Amino acid sequence: MKKVIVGNHAVSWGVSLARAEVIAAYPITPQTQIVEELAEMCDDGRLAAKFIKVESEHSAMAACIGASATGVRAFTATSSQGLLLMHELLHWAGLGRLPIVMADINRAVAPGWNIWTDQNDTLAQRDTGWVQLYCENNQEVLDTTIQAFALAEKLSLPVMIVLDAFFLSHTSEPVDIPSPAEVDAFLPRRDAALKLDTRDPHAFGALTTPAVYMEMRKRQQEAFDQVPETLRLIDADWDRRFGRSWGAVESYRTSDADTVLVTSGTITSTARYVINERRERGEKVGLVKIKMFRPFPTEPLRRALAGIPKVAVLDRNISPGHGGIFAEELRSALYDLPSARRPRVDGYVLGLGGRDVTPEVIGECLDATRGNDSSANAREDLWVGVKP
Amino acid sequence: MTQIPIKEIMPHEEFLESGHLACPGCGASLSMRMVLKALGEKTVVALPACCWSIIAGPYPQSSLKLPLYHSAFETGASVASGIKAALLARGDTETTVVAWAGDGGTFDIGLQALSGAAERNEDILYVCYDNEAYMNTGIQRSSATPLGAWTTTTPGAHPEARPKKDILAILAAHRIPYAASATVAYPEDLLAKVRKAKATRGTRFLHLLAPCPPGWKSGDDETIELARMAVRARVFPLMEVENGETWRITVDSPGDPIGPYLAKQGRFRHLKSEDVGAIQSQVDARWKALQRRVAGG
Repeated sequence: MKKVIVGNHAVSWGVSLARAEVIAAYPITPQTQIVEELAEMCDDGRLAAKFIKVESEHSAMAACIGASATGVRAFTATSSQGLLLMHELLHWAGLGRLPIVMADINRAVAPGWNIWTDQNDTLAQRDTGWVQLYCENNQEVLDTTIQAFALAEKLSLPVMIVLDAFFLSHTSEPVDIPSPAEVDAFLPRRDAALKLDTRDPHAFGALTTPAVYMEMRKRQQEAFDQVPETLRLIDADWDRRFGRSWGAVESYRTSDADTVLVTSGTITSTARYVINERRERGEKVGLVKIKMFRPFPTEPLRRALAGIPKVAVLDRNISPGHGGIFAEELRSALYDLPSARRPRVDGYVLGLGGRDVTPEVIGECLDATRGNDSSANAREDLWVGVKP
Repeated sequence: MTQIPIKEIMPHEEFLESGHLACPGCGASLSMRMVLKALGEKTVVALPACCWSIIAGPYPQSSLKLPLYHSAFETGASVASGIKAALLARGDTETTVVAWAGDGGTFDIGLQALSGAAERNEDILYVCYDNEAYMNTGIQRSSATPLGAWTTTTPGAHPEARPKKDILAILAAHRIPYAASATVAYPEDLLAKVRKAKATRGTRFLHLLAPCPPGWKSGDDETIELARMAVRARVFPLMEVENGETWRITVDSPGDPIGPYLAKQGRFRHLKSEDVGAIQSQVDARWKALQRRVAGG
């Protein structure tokens, strides 16, 4: 069934098709439509979930933790300040190895109040032990939402689906919605091996001494190491069933490119348009989209970018005192390529707080990098479009 | 009052193992032992940070024979809400979900989540064992610390200057079906309240006074005696409130003078006779207010 829906409702449909059993949520712009739609679905019987209308995002995540530890499929959604309020419990879900799925609508953080998009809210959760998947369009959002539950439950890791505020959350696109029966065959009901169960009582999260804490951390890391291959298999299964796959990293017109843009989120769609235009003019330019930020797709990126002379990373985020976060991580991933095959990586900080990233802005970045000497390294990230 | 041997009223089944990590004379561990006896095996415990995070034992051990989820400090009520929702989602309407928190996790950092759960009337039993300070971190004042008490953050010439927060009235104001105070010194009353709470649907709240020998600077053989003195002196009246409206005193508090209760505890050692008088006046005033509540005023 094809429907024209906004990105937020693509999440709601995905959660409904995944038959989430407990939803706990608190309103925040621009996420609210997700849980409004889910409340409607619970109300009219399309979704048989328990919906807990909590008094804060902190309690939303706490309730999801309790529910997930009891062995059911739990979901929440938030944005910006709400995600920051959850921070403590994101670690809890991560290290507690609870397969909770959450949608975050990327919204800039305050002060001053700003409801528009940038990635600082989710990137500040980088080390909390959540898989992070950044989406580009509404079909990807719906597919990724359902895939996220499969991935989370396979590896006992929480998964965060990330959408740009308004550019995706509130933009309508046609989305192919699979039938419940097809999704049921892809994603059976959760069957947790270990859970809160009076017939088999265990204590979870007890005092963990220096003698065992590191092993627990190592196992978490080992689970993250399995994410790329597990996600690849899930995505391939999805492709067989539904004819679509998304990948952790996507290369677009890069095979003969001398300069490649690296993007995430909806900037990717605008960048595709720029690349197509430049290709028509004969410029050898391409694009690499990073969908999966945690775990960082080091190997796919090395394969995608080795031998390309120059790379321009578009960062809708900033780590104050350092620079654009995707650029930093990419430089680190490419560092030990042989120098002849290691690209120059230029970082561009743009689009913060929802400032529009137009084809012209992206063109400026592309031109600046194309004009740079590929044998030298970039000194610092450039801020694009900032008024003096 | 007829004396009934405790072994005749106390269920024999134990859910708290020996070898737990409580201090000698711990009121909190006795509270858990008695409450679980009345709740039985179909019980899941959500345990936010508190002394019990330690008493329950380090990984991979557990001193409780029930499923137990250790959770963040402020999440007793919210984690319990999630557990209950999950059980219901899988058709289990029978299991009791207990949030077991200290006074810090209830009166202070967990109050918002508790208020939210109570307002939603979540079908959980929230038990606050109140030892009147942050004892697990080494005796810092909480909003449950009584007027005049020494703690490490109310030291020297500046003991606790504010009266204890009236947590039962706060919960009653949420119009929850059942809220009660109880203590291990009156086990018949405690068991009756736990059983009543277990049989009630919706949010149930139990406030348990749990003397703490290291924090109160009292003898580890004085826990029961101190809890009894607190009740008799009207410092901790034993009450129950139904639907936030009907207040009832369940065990008589004859109004023994407060002096001997304070004198037994090193945390009040610095008090002068006029300080004791001020505390007595406050207790008397609270008792009068309680009488008005009981009378429906």
